[in-house]
Amino acid sequence: MTLTVKKDKNEVAVNLVSRQKLEQFTSAEKVQFILTEVQHGKVLVLEHGLTPIEQSKLIERTMQEIKQDTFIGIEMEGYGEDKPTFLQRIFKNMKKPRMTVIGPAHLFQTISKDNNMIQTKIIPGKGV
Amino acid sequence: MGLFGKASLSSILHRIFGKKHARIGVYGPPNVGKTTLANRILQDWTGDLMGSVSEIPHETRMAKWKKNVRIENNGSSLFMDIVDTPGISTKVDYKDFMNTFGMNKKDAKQRAKEATEGVIESIRWLEDVDGVLLVMDATQDPFTQVNVTILGNLEARNLPVLIAANKIDMEDSSPATLKAAFPQHPVVPISALTGYNSDDLYSKMIDRFGKKRRRKRR
Repeated sequence: MTLTVKKDKNEVAVNLVSRQKLEQFTSAEKVQFILTEVQHGKVLVLEHGLTPIEQSKLIERTMQEIKQDTFIGIEMEGYGEDKPTFLQRIFKNMKKPRMTVIGPAHLFQTISKDNNMIQTKIIPGKGV
Repeated sequence: MGLFGKASLSSILHRIFGKKHARIGVYGPPNVGKTTLANRILQDWTGDLMGSVSEIPHETRMAKWKKNVRIENNGSSLFMDIVDTPGISTKVDYKDFMNTFGMNKKDAKQRAKEATEGVIESIRWLEDVDGVLLVMDATQDPFTQVNVTILGNLEARNLPVLIAANKIDMEDSSPATLKAAFPQHPVVPISALTGYNSDDLYSKMIDRFGKKRRRKRR
């Protein structure tokens, strides 16, 4: 896919993606959905984030899609997985990934992250 | 021939309770000192070097490995194949190499292209290692997505990990911050450059990577 990034707009779309929508996808579909949206300059806030294996797949796919003058990669921040309770473990309801924010690295930067807050900024004047 | 035939008692016990040989990946983000640490380990135990180091990120862009490195400490030992992997990052911008490190455009673009291939190679190596020495820069905020992603992957695959809090020879290092960020994993403060605390690292490597584990296949 060839993308042309136009730098003549100021707007950056920030989309909140519901858990229900994400659960419709297989892992590969989810990674592709995210990557396509981010390549189009959108910042996504996922209600239900990615598993660590999905995160590494997303990084791998991102590296395959890097175009040096238009798409330099992604910025991704989220919290670790929720630890399952004793009962959840019994019923094989394992760790659940938590909220995650992902955007194109040329538009979106992390300022700081700790256990309680992820601070990010959108770089103005680079909308697509 | 003794009671156990040709095999010694210690080798039988080792076969039951521990590994004799492990393939260990040296992982981490770019510029945390992975190759410096791999060089330190090889210099200490084989006299060789793994690769070149540089202040410019993504100096290692292809995985390199050294087989059958024997480390020992206090009577215990472990044979390892050590794999020095390219740094993992979520973005690679050739302009960083030009603006920060003065590279020309052609070289910067080539380095960036190779760096992206290196990241992919690193991730794929996760399928083939028995344990990971995760190197973090003790002068930097450890709570990065790359560190979290690597640790999450290792947990999901049930791979043993040892975190090397590197660069503690630097004034602004804070291995305590790193330990607090990942309390569920063992952390060894080291300086790969000076060799500070290497003995502790080797002792923990033998302890951590010498145990038998059943890894989860993905």
